[in-house]
Amino acid sequence: MAKSKFVQDLPRIYTIYTGGFIAFIAVMAFAETQGLSGKNIGLCFVGFTILIYAIIGWLARTAEVDAYYVAGRQVPTVFNGMATAADWMSGASFVAMAGGIYFNGYTYMAFVVGWTGGYVLVSSLLAPYLRKFGCYTVPDFIGTRYGGNFARFCAVLILLLASFTYVTAQINATGTIASRALGIPFDVGVWVGLVSILLCAMLGGMKSVTWSQVAQYIVLIIAYLIPIFWMSWKLGHIFPHVSLGGEVERIVALEAQYGLVKNSAEALKEAKVPAGLSSMSIPHSGVPAGAMAAWKYVSLAICMMVGTASLPHILMRYFTTPSVTSARRSVAWSLFFIFLLYFSAPMLATLSKIQLLDPNLPTAIIGKKIVDVQAIEWVKNWTAVGQVYIADLNKDGILQLNEWFMRDDVVVLATPEVAGLPYVISGLVAAGGLAAAMSTADGLLLAIANAVSHDIYYKMIDPRASVLKRLTVARVLLIVIGAAAAYVSAMRLTGILGAVAWAFDFAMSGLFFPLVLGVWWKRATRSGAVAGMLGGLISGTWYLYYVGPTFMNQTPWLGIDNLRFGIIGASVSLICMVVVSLLTKPESEAIQQMVDDARIPSGKIVMTQR
Amino acid sequence: MTSPKQKAHWEATRSLMIIVMAIWFFFAIFVFCIGEQINHIKFLGYPLAYYMTAQGSLIAFVVLIFWSNSRQEKIDRKFGFSDADREDD
Repeated sequence: MAKSKFVQDLPRIYTIYTGGFIAFIAVMAFAETQGLSGKNIGLCFVGFTILIYAIIGWLARTAEVDAYYVAGRQVPTVFNGMATAADWMSGASFVAMAGGIYFNGYTYMAFVVGWTGGYVLVSSLLAPYLRKFGCYTVPDFIGTRYGGNFARFCAVLILLLASFTYVTAQINATGTIASRALGIPFDVGVWVGLVSILLCAMLGGMKSVTWSQVAQYIVLIIAYLIPIFWMSWKLGHIFPHVSLGGEVERIVALEAQYGLVKNSAEALKEAKVPAGLSSMSIPHSGVPAGAMAAWKYVSLAICMMVGTASLPHILMRYFTTPSVTSARRSVAWSLFFIFLLYFSAPMLATLSKIQLLDPNLPTAIIGKKIVDVQAIEWVKNWTAVGQVYIADLNKDGILQLNEWFMRDDVVVLATPEVAGLPYVISGLVAAGGLAAAMSTADGLLLAIANAVSHDIYYKMIDPRASVLKRLTVARVLLIVIGAAAAYVSAMRLTGILGAVAWAFDFAMSGLFFPLVLGVWWKRATRSGAVAGMLGGLISGTWYLYYVGPTFMNQTPWLGIDNLRFGIIGASVSLICMVVVSLLTKPESEAIQQMVDDARIPSGKIVMTQR
Repeated sequence: MTSPKQKAHWEATRSLMIIVMAIWFFFAIFVFCIGEQINHIKFLGYPLAYYMTAQGSLIAFVVLIFWSNSRQEKIDRKFGFSDADREDD
């Protein structure tokens, strides 16, 4: 298969694009010096980037099934890595993660390890074998390996549950950023966000989404790294990742000097601190003592890692590469591109914290007079929108560490202002957050719509449907599901983090073992897989209901709370699957042959798509 | 039916997978089981457990995947099941 001219041109196209984006930043910086207001800069950044993604989506429109579902299987390794990274890093990763680390310290960083370590599982256990199968969707693999519409249907069900909880959070984040940058109400922002997301995905399916995700990755990584390096240079560290050890130590000393105090609930209520705002009360780099604390960390990391390896919108990205070897290489590149952001997040938290704490820096606020702090421009702005709050708990007029409250998101969004960087950087960060949320929403919506259109409609309802009919159904479903997700997220049911962690737990409860054992254990049977999927899903969901704070709110077993219910679900899933598989007859010779074929990279793909 | 060559290829692949999972387990889980005990050690000026969760394990994962891929490609070539000739990206 000769490479098309388009694929050969890709490096050049995206180099020009990156250059163009940097030139755009430079133009905005110049416009700022000429007096363009902060609000208009934000507007330009958000408007310009959405326009670019929409143009890419339109240019990549297609009328072919292969292009719509798997981007024609011609996405080169490195580009698929970038697209996966954008697909992966959600609005929460971009906007909330550094803030979570900032306030919750070591234990929160289980997310950082979990969201990267999972790729080792994807690469070793799944991606190359699923690629060899040649399926269009993840349920397509389950349906082919185990046979039967019921197994396929169970997989679609789990996919829906996991991806839908996830996508509402992304549309929520898109809406929040759009409403802030464009100055429109949140409810309208959600629908504006949805339209922008659909513009990228509708006309070309996976093909459009792939090429706009690459563009979104470039925007989000530039937007994340520039403020970090800039702040670091201001403190005299050329490369922050290797040289912030001293600053971490300094934070420990300052924490000891100011004293880490956990405010009581009554004190917070009396001082009228808005819900959702936190003060610094957990050590920056200390490890909490005891075996239970270690288990809390490890169990969260396990859930995020195993969940990563079960999330359909990630696995399906590896169906788009030209070969099995390239699928495997592409997992490595995905992790590399994700790693660039994730290993920077703790550095951002460190730099952002030292700016506020260190009395030797001009940006410090802790230990200063409260009236002076309240007069600072960025404190005023963020207090006005209820994201920052000062409560003089001991009434001495001096700002103590436990008297300063912020929302987690503010750490990323306000850091450029805190560090005294020009407003153009804040506009850039807004564009980056939007890119992160949009690209993940795109991938998720497509995963849901494709599963319903391919697995339910085409494979189960109307296997003789024409290409035109299939693609029309796929597009209509995309709009319907997008609208449903926007409707749900406009109701603001859960916090962003709750929903994101749940998606991982649902996916790992139902899909991990049926997928992995489908490749690695020939003895796994259809009944076993169905038992694994349903057993995992039902027990996991029941446990979530049992411990969930908004549901029954019972005491968790062994510290397995609502963020970690996948531990229960996946264990039950494994036991059910192994026991039932051993009790039922082994699968037919043809199925065994199929598994053998999937285990070697060479040769034709296992299943033929019509 | 599976040929003996295919069997040997799968056995080599499985051994590599077990090695990769063992290294993964060390950096993803074991290190953090003993986080409290190793945090007083300094690495590049960072406390060690903090460093591992912020950067160290992440670097290990990236290196591990690139390394295991090159090992797997060697195995595929050795048994003649490589597909890398199809597309040299």
